[in-house]
Amino acid sequence: MTDNRTTTAPAGIDPRGPRVAAGVTAVLLAVVVLLGASQAALVLLTVVAVSFLPGAVRGPQATWQAWLFRVLVRPRLGPPDHLEDPRPPRFAQLVGLVVTAVGVVAGFAGALAVVPWAAAVAFVAAALNAAVGLCLGCELYLLGRRLRPSA
Amino acid sequence: MTMQWTALVALLVVTVALAVGWRATQGRARTTPQVADAGHDGGADWADVLASAGTTLGERATFLQLSAEVCSSCRSTARTLGDLAAATPGVVHVEIDVDDRPDLVRATRMLRTPTVLVLDPDGAEAARASGAMTPAQARTALTAVEGARTAGRTS
Repeated sequence: MTDNRTTTAPAGIDPRGPRVAAGVTAVLLAVVVLLGASQAALVLLTVVAVSFLPGAVRGPQATWQAWLFRVLVRPRLGPPDHLEDPRPPRFAQLVGLVVTAVGVVAGFAGALAVVPWAAAVAFVAAALNAAVGLCLGCELYLLGRRLRPSA
Repeated sequence: MTMQWTALVALLVVTVALAVGWRATQGRARTTPQVADAGHDGGADWADVLASAGTTLGERATFLQLSAEVCSSCRSTARTLGDLAAATPGVVHVEIDVDDRPDLVRATRMLRTPTVLVLDPDGAEAARASGAMTPAQARTALTAVEGARTAGRTS
């Protein structure tokens, strides 16, 4: 028997969507690393950071990467074996936004050297999400709680 | 540009190493070392915790799963453990949200969700796992609890 706390979960999404989207993002972040501490890298990292914004605010379905998945990838796949709560991938989008925003803010403040480092950290998270399904909410949520005062 | 390519290759190596390390820790139950004073470590009385969640200890084992809303592995683990509990008499599965019981996060010193405590029929923590659990890992955790109890009786 299972005693589940019944939560009002939002409508489920295809779990493969956020992973494909993370793969697209990881490729862009790898290009940022290749561009090094340059203006071009800063521009591309800004694009990636802005792309995280709708995902963090409205959910992972709201990004252009998710749109690419729906239009190009999903029609070629069978139906998913289960649907997933969109809240965990939304948390991951928020983490991506924070990490890339650090690089963008530092870059515009003149510290271009920070740009590829921020991209590298975000790349590791995105690539692990795409390749092995790393769930950032599982790993970081308790850490975040601990840092929050009086939590 | 050569330096950037080297950086990217190093980054890929780090990523692969993290992927391998992360996967190895997923769902693997470790036997909880039994302290000489078999009191309640950290002050959590699991029977009380279960009572407040509206259930009681299983006669064979109890899977107490601590979950979070932003944790996708928690959902798959809940399905796995729920199925095992439904199919196995005497096995109970309970899922508790860490936001409802932050005291349990401190008591267990857990670092990630899901963390699954495998409790023996007396309510003592016999084993613990974190990360997504497969059905095979859940069955292994169950036999580990029973093996530990048999060994405890004979010694």
